[in-house]
Amino acid sequence: MKAFADLYAELDATTSSNAKLTAMQNYFAQAAPEDAAWAVYFLSGGRPRQLVPVRMLREMATAFSGLSPWLFEESYQAVGDLAETISLVLPETQHTSTDGLAVWIEDKLLPLRNAPPLTLAECLPALWAQLDRQSLMLCIKLITGSFRVGVSKLLVTRALAAMAGLDSKRVAQRLVGYTDLSNRPSAASYLKLIAPESPNEHAQRGGQPYPFFLAHALSHPVEQFEALLGPASQWQVEWKWDGIRAQVVKRDGRLWIWSRGEELVTERFPELESLVHGLPDGTVIDGEIVAWKAAPPGTVDAFDTQSPSSPSVQPFALLQQRIGRKMLSKKILDEVPVVIQAYDLLEWQGEDWRNQTQATRRTQLEQLIKTCANPVLLSSPVLTGEDWFDLARQREASRKLGVEGMMLKAREALYGVGRTKDMGVWWKWKVDPFSVDAVLIYAQQGHGRRASLYTDYTFAVWDGPPSARERTLVPFAKAYSGLTDDEMRQVDSIVRKTTVEKFGPVSSVKPTLVFELGFEGIALSKRHKSGIAVRFPRMLRWRQDKSVEDADSLATLQDLLA
Amino acid sequence: MDLVIARPEGLYCPPGDFYIDPWRPVERSVITHAHSDHARRGNQHYLAAAPSAGILRARLGQDINLQTLRYGEQLLHHGVTLSFHPAGHVLGSAQVRLEYGGEVWVASGDYKTEADGTCAPFEPVRCHTFITESTFGLPIYRWQPQTQVFAEINQWWRANADAEKTSVLFCYSFGKAQRILHGIDASLGPILAHGAVEPINRIYRESGIYLPPTVYAGEVKKHDPMMRKALVLAPPSAGASPWVRRFGDYSDGFASGWMRLRGTRRRRGVDRGFVLSDHADWPGLLWAIEQTGAERVIVTHGSIGVLVRHLREQGLDAMGFSTEYGDDEDTTVLEPESAEVLA
Ligand SMILES: [Zn+2]
Ligand SMILES: [Zn+2]
Repeated sequence: MKAFADLYAELDATTSSNAKLTAMQNYFAQAAPEDAAWAVYFLSGGRPRQLVPVRMLREMATAFSGLSPWLFEESYQAVGDLAETISLVLPETQHTSTDGLAVWIEDKLLPLRNAPPLTLAECLPALWAQLDRQSLMLCIKLITGSFRVGVSKLLVTRALAAMAGLDSKRVAQRLVGYTDLSNRPSAASYLKLIAPESPNEHAQRGGQPYPFFLAHALSHPVEQFEALLGPASQWQVEWKWDGIRAQVVKRDGRLWIWSRGEELVTERFPELESLVHGLPDGTVIDGEIVAWKAAPPGTVDAFDTQSPSSPSVQPFALLQQRIGRKMLSKKILDEVPVVIQAYDLLEWQGEDWRNQTQATRRTQLEQLIKTCANPVLLSSPVLTGEDWFDLARQREASRKLGVEGMMLKAREALYGVGRTKDMGVWWKWKVDPFSVDAVLIYAQQGHGRRASLYTDYTFAVWDGPPSARERTLVPFAKAYSGLTDDEMRQVDSIVRKTTVEKFGPVSSVKPTLVFELGFEGIALSKRHKSGIAVRFPRMLRWRQDKSVEDADSLATLQDLLA
Repeated sequence: MDLVIARPEGLYCPPGDFYIDPWRPVERSVITHAHSDHARRGNQHYLAAAPSAGILRARLGQDINLQTLRYGEQLLHHGVTLSFHPAGHVLGSAQVRLEYGGEVWVASGDYKTEADGTCAPFEPVRCHTFITESTFGLPIYRWQPQTQVFAEINQWWRANADAEKTSVLFCYSFGKAQRILHGIDASLGPILAHGAVEPINRIYRESGIYLPPTVYAGEVKKHDPMMRKALVLAPPSAGASPWVRRFGDYSDGFASGWMRLRGTRRRRGVDRGFVLSDHADWPGLLWAIEQTGAERVIVTHGSIGVLVRHLREQGLDAMGFSTEYGDDEDTTVLEPESAEVLA
């Protein structure tokens, strides 16, 4: 436990990838396999469900610290992170536990789940008393499922690969699905990750997907595309779907569907299960699951933008509603049916096709989809244009079509791992986000890195035009990213000076600050006061040149809806 | 009667007709210590503890009208008996004891309860009313013994020197810097001091406080290989200036009580945060308050609301004064950037 806590502290203290890599390598070189197994799990984003309800944890920590509840609360407000707060207010002790991470997780922490309060009140203080402050904070983060540390999965992969003398692509592949809830890390599973290459590597794969190849954002003006990318004819161009990136794996007569988070989501999409019959064994398809409005019987022309009755993709918000459900009722399955917009073929006839060119993979994919002839498996259309300018014109229809822009994939490119660029690049060429000028009306203190600074803001627009005799500001979006640290500090000090009222961690402020707010999508919403919900709102810039009166109104937002 | 009240100019003693650490210019000021938020320019008379004279004059001008008292020495003014008592915060820092008509009040200024060897250690003074600071007035602030922090700094410095990297440690130039110099293992390598730090070192040495030899960083040649083994002490403001670039691929650290929190550590964006404060931590504040035996406590700058509420829960008569003192552990505090101000 202490070794992992030290690793966490080291990773947390540095921003240098090299330093992080070294720290992980040192850790893995020393750790017992059963401990390393859990370390890999947590570092690559695995999170067991919360073991003790946060409220209960808080109460016990407060009691154990001997502080009045209000004083604990004040402390928490200042720190911004529960685990850290608890570790700072509990009695300081010497580290006495010699147990490793695996023993802590398996024998001490996991059994806490669903334990009655009385048992917890007995166990927790006894456990905490064995840990120094650093380990204690980590322990609580593991209990609450809030462990996060700034390393990418790719970096973990590289650390393991370097230590085991393996190709990091191989490790990445073995690591896929490692953090899925169905997998419990063990010495054996860890040793498999770092085992030498074996000839039957492929046969051992089971339902494992491949690491997803991720796109990079392209934000240059189209005038530069020719120079930057070469002629458009060398690129495979598709729509950029607004759905859930997924791999469909068919092997040994079974079907698995994996999300980009490498979570097994097969059961979330029962309508896709029919693919188990249509796809031959040894097939892996990459694509996007989207909510889909089917065409009325008789029409076939997918994506005819002219016809209002043509089949089309539905807003992501709808798909999100469906994902949020614990139980999938018949009603929701009927209302929000999904399809796969398939765009790549990673495995064919049991062979890894990632080193085939994009064009080859695409040709085979289209053939496969035709043979399969299942209405839930669509081929994401390839778009053609005379040149980049022509494509840019076509891209203007993105919003209307419910897509986020275009994807550009070099026809000669291979399928890489994560955000690698050495085997070819995928570009996402997104349409510009919507933007409005909005007024900051509430501010909340941030958490973690931004603890004690006001960094989370609520924005409002006017409910009437400037000419209206009386108008008020209606909140419509929350945003917390997009400012530089410096701007954040400035805004923080203005918030403190202009606070009108405080509701716990939230302050209402006198409206003085105007920001240009960008967002990716907009939809009607009954749950919001403004009647509108926006997706991925963020601050594009601080409009110090604008007064509050110059901010946009609800009408501007409603225009964007159309 | 109240011996100290809050006025727009500062904390005021009505029977004595003087101010303690006023933030606006007044006729008669009593100064607890020479940090710039407590000792401001423009007062006609200054009264302070003798060991703070050197720095007060360096910061406010050689020509200020300054009178000093030894710790414990008493002065009778308009019927008020005034004396200074060590606050353990920085060189010359003092608590101000006021006695009038059988009432005793003590104003703490800034204080720290752990003795550090660079200034007279904090001495609790019995009183009826105690005016305390509250910079770190939350239970999350508990300091490790300083030997442990110095060991951490030594270890960091040694590792950097082994890797041929300069160690740049940001800290408040008056008090914190000298405390670090006094506490670290000077045999690990050369020590360089920024222009804001070096003149204060001189004053400490002149006052008989041992500090290891330091070199004024401005005198070191750009590519002098000695730099790569060196520890550099500089004020936080230097971190954002081109000045620091001369050290090439350096490792940086920051020494402050605020480094106790992960959030502030990360926001500072330095390689290492060392939790070292010249203020009392939460247990220190509570201990000091208890030691005074005061029944009435007035809380100033810091976590006023929290400390007041807590003390009331303990059965004390507590209230807050709002003041315009800053936070000398923070980075937003303005402090003299260079030697000119001190020359
Ligand atoms: Zn001070
Ligand atoms: Zn102060």
